[in-house]
Amino acid sequence: MTANSTLGKDLTGLEHMTPEQIRLILDTAEPFKEVSERPIKKVPALRGKTIVNLFFEASTRTRISFEFAEKRLSADTVNVAATGSSVSKGETLVDTAKNLEAMRIDMVVIRHGSSGAAEFLGNRIASNVINAGDGKHEHPTQALLDLLTIRDKHGKIQGLKVCLVGDVLHSRVARSNIWGLSKLGAEVAVCGPWTLLPRGIEELGVKVFSRVEEAIEWADVLNVLRLQLERMEKGFIPSLREYYRVFGVTPERLERANREITIMHPGPMNRGVEIDSRVADGPHSVILDQVTNGVAVRMAVLYLLAGGRAELADAAKRGAGSSE
Amino acid sequence: MPRPKAEDRTTLLDARAMSRALQRMAVEITELAGTEDLVLIGIQRRGVELAQRIARLIEQGEGGSARIRCGSLDITLYRDDLETVGPKPVIGETHIPGDLSDTHVVIVDDVLYTGRTVRAALDELADFGRPKRISLCVLVDRGGRELPIQADITGKSVKTSPGDRVDVLVHELDGQDQVDLIQ
Amino acid sequence: MTQPILLQGGRVIDPGKDLDQAMDVLIQDGKIAAVGRGLGTPDGAIVRNMSGRIVTPGLVDLHVHLREPGNEDEETVASGARAAAAGGFTAICAMPNTDPVTDNQAAVGFIVRQSDRAGLARVHPVGAVSIGQKGERLAEFGEMVSAGAVAVSDDGKPVVSSHLMRTALEYARTFSIPVADHCEDPTLASGGVMHEGLVAARLGLKGIPAAAEEIMVARDVLLAELTGGHVHLCHMSTRGSVAIIREAKERGINVTAEVTPHHLTLTEYACEEYDTHAKMNPPLREAADVAALRGALQDGVIDCIASDHAPHAYDEKEAAFDDAPFGVVGLETAFAVAHTELVESGIFTLPELIRRMSTEPARVFRLGGGTLAAGSVADVSVFDCAAKWSVDPAAFHSKSRNTPFAGRALTGRAVLTIVAGSIVHEL
Repeated sequence: MTANSTLGKDLTGLEHMTPEQIRLILDTAEPFKEVSERPIKKVPALRGKTIVNLFFEASTRTRISFEFAEKRLSADTVNVAATGSSVSKGETLVDTAKNLEAMRIDMVVIRHGSSGAAEFLGNRIASNVINAGDGKHEHPTQALLDLLTIRDKHGKIQGLKVCLVGDVLHSRVARSNIWGLSKLGAEVAVCGPWTLLPRGIEELGVKVFSRVEEAIEWADVLNVLRLQLERMEKGFIPSLREYYRVFGVTPERLERANREITIMHPGPMNRGVEIDSRVADGPHSVILDQVTNGVAVRMAVLYLLAGGRAELADAAKRGAGSSE
Repeated sequence: MPRPKAEDRTTLLDARAMSRALQRMAVEITELAGTEDLVLIGIQRRGVELAQRIARLIEQGEGGSARIRCGSLDITLYRDDLETVGPKPVIGETHIPGDLSDTHVVIVDDVLYTGRTVRAALDELADFGRPKRISLCVLVDRGGRELPIQADITGKSVKTSPGDRVDVLVHELDGQDQVDLIQ
Repeated sequence: MTQPILLQGGRVIDPGKDLDQAMDVLIQDGKIAAVGRGLGTPDGAIVRNMSGRIVTPGLVDLHVHLREPGNEDEETVASGARAAAAGGFTAICAMPNTDPVTDNQAAVGFIVRQSDRAGLARVHPVGAVSIGQKGERLAEFGEMVSAGAVAVSDDGKPVVSSHLMRTALEYARTFSIPVADHCEDPTLASGGVMHEGLVAARLGLKGIPAAAEEIMVARDVLLAELTGGHVHLCHMSTRGSVAIIREAKERGINVTAEVTPHHLTLTEYACEEYDTHAKMNPPLREAADVAALRGALQDGVIDCIASDHAPHAYDEKEAAFDDAPFGVVGLETAFAVAHTELVESGIFTLPELIRRMSTEPARVFRLGGGTLAAGSVADVSVFDCAAKWSVDPAAFHSKSRNTPFAGRALTGRAVLTIVAGSIVHEL
């Protein structure tokens, strides 16, 4: 395996990353924002690199965001969706990966329904692996774009109070956010019905609110999680109607707090379930900034993972003038 | 800038010499390109400061009547050696002041060596538009070219060996103006 | 007739007789002929100098999964019996969740014949509680017992219906056999892959709460009380279960219980990095559970250690955690893991461990063996308790390699295993 870049070979989650590594990604994402504003939204940094977007679960926005990031860095990309490929014919994850690698790919972006799938893949192939969401485990690039959006809006992350509202139990976005936010010094809380909060969550160092009013009272930022509609079918909540009434983030509830609270949502939204449209489209919503930042963050991650094998870099520095 | 011990350091330009060189370069640029269509693009990092300084010198030379457009370019993403960039490639700001069509762009950099940085800069500029002419202005030409690229305007030329280093210090970033050769 | 065997000068431990002394053991005609000092050597006897070795009644494992019939690539009766002998076991009880299920006289007879043919550790069949382990209709206990079944169980899954469990306990009482239950409330455990707790919360894996086990333990205890039948609780994993069993035993209810070496030594943290070799059912729990299980084993609330040897093919465990099957192999590591973690660390004495791995399991399922009394069957194990070795799955006699202890440095190893007076394993 090639040991490259200060991020290591793979990006599987934020739990085991250092604050410095997270800051490096956020800082690197800044200049990439400008690339997407250029007349020609493309730089040759990853020219000749081959990237496979291996999506075992349907996902439109994450896949498109990665694809834009890859294309704006001039990488060659191939999308593999689970349906219609050999994946659905019972080929195992590891066989799929080894086959792709035999075709000499440089990176795999994987979305999979099983927690740990990205780590599993990363441990078995030499290519860089980027986790685009594994089961209920982590979705690191989503949390990174959330961090970047919070930093843009508030100028800092340290000391901010951020509350994740909703289905934390089944949310990989929530887990990655909890790690990323705590590592950068934010205070983190979760809010939702106890059926949708993982047991032991307090031991991760987060506050728990059972009432959304209390969460709003406390928070500088609300990150409203998507409520998967099948949670109702599986009996975690009695009805969407009641969920909206008890946990919905509404203008009325926000007004009562009487101060500015930044509203985020990883998308896709269920308007009128976890979030009211007037909030989602309101002045304090940064939901579309999140989408914009998603491309920049993913460009940064791809660029950092692809770049700079340390030993070569050192050799290059020794050999050449530093000012060139 | 790393400063290993036991190095042989020679000053190529002190603050006064550097000031004179920049003054002369500013004059040469106006002779070459005029001021009307001129756009100075500094290459990150120290090329940006040098470009701004030259722009001010030109403006003073014209009696404060001209406004020289000045921008910055980070060529990191256009390098042909990503794998050797290092573990922490810092990407600086790229700022192109408006449309480049029908302009005379002068690329400003601190040191010209292999020519690869300039090659990358030319590629990157092409993605921002189509200037009618692009020229190259460098403070120090240390030789050692690997590509067919030459400067139009040079502050100082010096012969160096591959193991040498040229350190350019500018007071905006480094607190002093100086150019050293480290052998 | 097999040759007589004289084991000279070993440290002889027979917990049933509170014996722990340097002695000779003489085996003749498949039976223990004598245990004493300075025994004479009969003509033609095999003589082994056992000084520095531990001579014990053969270990007994009440809970193993051999995959014959159905998945002979993972394990057969013969390969399981060989792994058992290599681990110091002279008798093992094969759970009925084979394919097809061991739920009738012929299927039980097949296991007995395969065991006889292998001629290694004894393999006692456990029959199914319900036909096809479907949890609907009782299997024919009487016929299965006559063919050699020593207990009934639907292990692999619980007996969900309380009515069926009640009937099974009553009916089994007729034949003096225990009903061994895999205690798990399937509605609580549904979809779970590891212990419900902090590690599961971090890894984003669905948990199985301790209550899923404890609810069924409590139910089984109540049904044993109701029926007077003997319920044997398989692979206990939680401190709550321990409390329920303790109370039941104090009230004189006919309940016995077992615990696995991995539940005595590993916690939920073994699942970190999605190691599928730490995926088992019941799942590895918390440190407080491990401590409670050790205490319960020490004071007899839990009667014995059983391996829950569950072989799986290599590529089945080479999968995402959610997709891998439950279970680990254990026959070849059970003694050494228990010895290293419990005896070497000073928690148990060696005779206490032998009691929990030989005397007690033999008593619980009313098997022969578990004793060195003169006249009893000559199932004898000999251990080198100073031997240091490291677990190399590639060297296993089992056909499967799925152990959570790979690479672990252990102390104590079976060097000689004798079944019915014949040497079936010798290092």
